[in-house]
Amino acid sequence: MFDLEQMINTLIEGDESNLITLVRAALDQGMDAKRILNDGLIAGMDIVGAKMENDELFIPEVLMAAKAMSAGVEILKPFLSADDMGNRGIVVIGTVKGDLHDIGKNLVAMMLESAGLEVHNLGADVSPNQFLEVIKEKKAGMLCLSALLTTTMPMMKETIDAVTKKGLRKTIKIMVGGAPVTQNFADEIGADGYAPDAGSAVKLAKELLQLGSQKI
Amino acid sequence: MFIIVGERINTSRKNVREAVSNRDKTYIQQDVEKQQDSGANYIDVNAGARIGHEAEDMQWLIKVIREVVKIPLCFDSPDPNILKMAYDLVDEPPMINSISLEKERLNRMLPFLKGKNCKIVALCMDDAGLPTSAQDVIDRAEKLVCSLEDIGMQRDAIFIDPLIQPVSTNTSNALTVLDAVQGIMRKFPGVHTICGLSNISYGLPQRKIINRSFLSLLMASGLDAAILDPLDLNLMAVLRTTEMLLGKDDFCARYLKGVRAGKIQA
Repeated sequence: MFDLEQMINTLIEGDESNLITLVRAALDQGMDAKRILNDGLIAGMDIVGAKMENDELFIPEVLMAAKAMSAGVEILKPFLSADDMGNRGIVVIGTVKGDLHDIGKNLVAMMLESAGLEVHNLGADVSPNQFLEVIKEKKAGMLCLSALLTTTMPMMKETIDAVTKKGLRKTIKIMVGGAPVTQNFADEIGADGYAPDAGSAVKLAKELLQLGSQKI
Repeated sequence: MFIIVGERINTSRKNVREAVSNRDKTYIQQDVEKQQDSGANYIDVNAGARIGHEAEDMQWLIKVIREVVKIPLCFDSPDPNILKMAYDLVDEPPMINSISLEKERLNRMLPFLKGKNCKIVALCMDDAGLPTSAQDVIDRAEKLVCSLEDIGMQRDAIFIDPLIQPVSTNTSNALTVLDAVQGIMRKFPGVHTICGLSNISYGLPQRKIINRSFLSLLMASGLDAAILDPLDLNLMAVLRTTEMLLGKDDFCARYLKGVRAGKIQA
């Protein structure tokens, strides 16, 4: 049987070319593409996220691993059914209106995607209506809001209120983050969760979407 | 001479936030005295972290800081109303931190700044977001300099912030800023460039060594002001040493003074 351990370690090291070789080898040896995705690539990125949270890995290493991961996924894609790809948590993410910061938010989006979620990154300066449209269109189960300014933090509350007003609040989990944001603030504005960094954002997103250890 | 804006009075720092919410005057006053003694030319005051309390916190901070230091203040808020309120509370010309090319902010700040005696930090941020190349930064700086000169501000009052983005997310981010600073200083003689240093090291371990190295490179590219922690001895030692190496310390006097005071050590 093909050794997924080696694939996971290669991914954590961000060694793209060796990862591609290993993914191809696993397919050649008849391993199911979905299993390679879940137990190899996504499992590897879970470890990357945890290591990032513990300051064992740093942003450039995480970026390298994510790049290797997406190269691996590209190879698997032809072998994955629509069902394998479609039955995942759907996330809409963006920086709230009036705020143009998006480095941290993009990192979270990338990590969520690497964790196997379907991510729709709307960019920065996103109005409540723009969020609502995409949430409805994509039938999203999670909304992630970012704000880097104390002056745009109130816009997080406005966005959440708009979701509630539209009657969508019960069907969507909302996660917030950004340098000035705190757990207290998240509670105050009625968010479901707050994450201080990209690694913990992935863990929290999976918890909130109840994906836990269960396969995506 | 290099202009140092001391960054420590910022309510996003836990100790400062606690001192502000307890109205602990002694803590704040001791801190700013130390910043002044360490060579700060301005004291940055950011009261933004306690949501809903910015105006009252800013007012209180200005009052207690002015009781003990003579150097001017730098009012740090994205909110024009706070900046206007703070300006009216001081006599010595402050630094206003900041304006940007974001339309709403610019349109509200320009009429206010007209005829005012102050320094202004101008961020190279516009409605499209962060700049994407050195040329983009320089183009934005040009728009800022023109807008500010149009309302009668002197070049010497303008501090352009090219906006530093982390080197961890893109390894050319530091070079972009170095090129931009060089371009701005060449194109607009008399203007200042300033930056908040620590963004460069976001997402990497041992951040201080990155900040220190980058400060030296920035100064060689022409940067002549920074928002930093003047109590960071290692950083200040690099700053003073770099000034000397760049020929801005006659007879190495400040360097030697720093060494004798134990502030510069190899």
